[in-house]
Amino acid sequence: MNSFVIAAMLLVLLGLAYQTGWSRSRAVAQSSGQRLHSRPIYHGVWVALWVVIPAALIMGLWALFGPGVADQFARSQIPAEIAAGLEPGQIVNAVSRIKAIASGFGIIGEPQPFEAEAARALSQFQLYGFLIVILAAAIIGIGALLYARGRIVPGLRARNQVERVITLLLLACSGVAILTTVGIVASLLVEAIRFFTFINPLDFFFGTVWNPRFSTTGTGAEGDYGLIPLLWGTIMVATIAMLFAVPVGLMAAIYLSQYAHPRVRNVVKPLIEILAGIPTIVYGFFALVTVGPFLSGLGATVGLDIRATSAATAGLVMGIMIIPFISSLSDDILRQVPQSLRDGSLGLGATQSETIRRVILPAALPGIVGAFLLAVSRAIGETMIVVLAAGNSPVLRFNPFEPTSTVTVTIVNQLTGDSDFAGPQSLVAFALGLTLFVLTLILNVAALTIVRRFREQYD
Amino acid sequence: MSDMSQSAALDRRERVRNGLSRRHRGEAIFRGIGIAAIAIALALVGTLFWQVLSKGLPAFTQATLHLDVTFDEDVITAGPAPLRSDYASAAQYEAAFLDWRRALAGINWAALIEQAVRAEMPELDAEASDIRRLVDNNAGLTLRQMYQDDPALLNQTLNVALLGSADTDNWLKGTIDRSLPDARQQLSAVTRAIADRFAADGVISMDFAWHIFTNTDSRTAPASAGLAGAFVGSLYMMLVVVVLAVPIGVASAIYLEEFAPKNRFTDLIEVNINNLAAVPSIVFGLLGAAVFINYFRLPISAPIVGGLVLTLMTLPTIIIATRSSLRQVSPSLRQAALGLGASRTQMVFHHVLPLTLPGILTATIIGVAQALGETAPLLLIGMNAFVANIPGTPLDQSSALPVQIYLWQGNENRNFFEARTSAAILVLLGLMITLNAIAIFLRTRLERNK
Repeated sequence: MNSFVIAAMLLVLLGLAYQTGWSRSRAVAQSSGQRLHSRPIYHGVWVALWVVIPAALIMGLWALFGPGVADQFARSQIPAEIAAGLEPGQIVNAVSRIKAIASGFGIIGEPQPFEAEAARALSQFQLYGFLIVILAAAIIGIGALLYARGRIVPGLRARNQVERVITLLLLACSGVAILTTVGIVASLLVEAIRFFTFINPLDFFFGTVWNPRFSTTGTGAEGDYGLIPLLWGTIMVATIAMLFAVPVGLMAAIYLSQYAHPRVRNVVKPLIEILAGIPTIVYGFFALVTVGPFLSGLGATVGLDIRATSAATAGLVMGIMIIPFISSLSDDILRQVPQSLRDGSLGLGATQSETIRRVILPAALPGIVGAFLLAVSRAIGETMIVVLAAGNSPVLRFNPFEPTSTVTVTIVNQLTGDSDFAGPQSLVAFALGLTLFVLTLILNVAALTIVRRFREQYD
Repeated sequence: MSDMSQSAALDRRERVRNGLSRRHRGEAIFRGIGIAAIAIALALVGTLFWQVLSKGLPAFTQATLHLDVTFDEDVITAGPAPLRSDYASAAQYEAAFLDWRRALAGINWAALIEQAVRAEMPELDAEASDIRRLVDNNAGLTLRQMYQDDPALLNQTLNVALLGSADTDNWLKGTIDRSLPDARQQLSAVTRAIADRFAADGVISMDFAWHIFTNTDSRTAPASAGLAGAFVGSLYMMLVVVVLAVPIGVASAIYLEEFAPKNRFTDLIEVNINNLAAVPSIVFGLLGAAVFINYFRLPISAPIVGGLVLTLMTLPTIIIATRSSLRQVSPSLRQAALGLGASRTQMVFHHVLPLTLPGILTATIIGVAQALGETAPLLLIGMNAFVANIPGTPLDQSSALPVQIYLWQGNENRNFFEARTSAAILVLLGLMITLNAIAIFLRTRLERNK
């Protein structure tokens, strides 16, 4: 309710200010006979900015800190001799009872005299506080309005000033992306460093045993936190995915960009790209109920022991997920190879496949390698498929038909449902996240640089 | 001499011809591999959809019992509902009402169902527990809710549709092997016999399962578990994404494309955005857990936090897509506007931006579709907690569609929840397809109007 009133008031002020600026500028122009520097719209917006920025600031502060202040006030209204007899939990309880009475909802049972008294004081405090803030905002807003109104002269460069504010706003918005990166790096680093106060970094990065124990057994640094089994699982799954996705994706891209009739291409390309839009949890489910049993049945017929949830299952399904990624990136890159190279090769009598293999692919190689690196980075960071289909067994194994675990799976396992990061059991997720972030960052930067160089080469 | 050169030429022609057929064979093989690759990719798309459809569609109908239930006053002993006018304050009425509801909750509603089943099959010789396994655990709750809403039902007989239990559904749909011995069946022989008899008599029919869309998740009554809570949770998150990611994303795209001077700082932003687009989604989840939940103390498993995390995640996608559509506006338009004396801001907002609206729309929908299907970061901010309510505000605990899929696939009642999970996947995919269809429709409309 309060926030609704605040928003409504801001809107009214805004409209008023805009209207004032607009009409005032026209009046000034008419009375002075001079041409305005800026159109009346800009004067309107200019005055509105003058009004809204300070008023919004005040009300924003109230919305942010008001409830906290009210809480403190309610607490201070509990008489000292009663507060002394209460435990901290009971005080919190009393404060919420006081707030319930003050809001008019009431409580079950008779309120104690001190509670009723405090509630009355609190509701008064809230009312006055709210009125004072509204009043202050209104006075400052109207003051700003009058001040701005007085400054309107025909030569006022209102447009330039408004445009400067707009540009600043746009700049601030693009700063959000930077802030996100800073946030990611800072939070990962801070929590990872806290983790390393429990566990020696060397034991983490070079340990070959992963067995963190349960957090209920204490928060001490018992258990082993070796990264190697997880990293190995990640690499194994990603390799299987690439082994499957690269031939299929690349050949599909070659066929579509070099051979296929445009009509075929227009039908087939979107169909393959459907795969890119499917949520990864769906792939995970597909792996769990279809691909896994299929693979293990296939293994049984040829006498191989293949587990339904294994590195192979997860890798294969991840490969399916990556196919459209590889094919559309490769397609883009193959189309950028200049036509003259192709024409030259065909003119010398090479067949189409020879042209592709000996001329186009070598010319496009850097770009394609970049695309592969991006695909690898995506495979490493993929979570839901491996959570469901890799079997979650963080043991160093070299058989792809056995269950395995990856960095991402372990992050989910260690952090799910845990809200306080007290022990190494949950903090390790951030050390793993940092590893993952650095790995993918290197791959991405390398890939983006390669692809950009490639583009510049043929531009 | 000429003989020799002639034979050499013949020889060479022979070699070329031989080589040519080899090369043509190679060509055919290469082409064949290309076609095979496309066939594999298309077959995979087909298999995936076939699997989800064939498993998920049956879950939209469910075994439902149509029983004549009598609201027997010997069973319902809670007394009349309290009236607001009898009590002085809202709090006191609330307390009395709660007492009445507690009394209702203590009533053995299952006994009513048992009576109704026995009335349907008078010759039946079965334990109460055998009958109870026939219907969903929520069936009693359904009756209780009916009575709570309308206490005048006392002693009346009504034909009520009650959901069969998950096990009954499995048995009748054949998702459990009917030839399994008793010990490995989910239902006792007596219950199975009742189910078969009722199915033959039409007392049990396969009705459309509306509750998938209207109920929330349920642990105790798996047959009546639905998607409503997850759906609303996802809706709130998408609202947050649209309200935050779209304006911020479009604004940064405009700045970078139209205003940014070419210097170190803007280069940094540029590299940074391209990088963010490729950061694994789970890392955003870690960011959310550390910053939004642990530092700012925002509520755990709330859609607002999920929405914020997904906003940060989709921001690069929206920025990149908007920038590419800004780049497609012809430079001559910009030069004309500037040449006629428009300022840079006017040029952008009055002339360039209207032309990029279809592009911005597409960018928005790509971003929302990406956010809608994302699961991993939500697990880290606690959205996999079991929530039995529809969230009233974005600050309440909630689940989300993809997380619900994750939770259901892990349910122990595998043969029932495999179908239920596929149904949830169908709902999610249906939403995404609808989103994309709307995008395509609007884009063609807008482009035609240009």
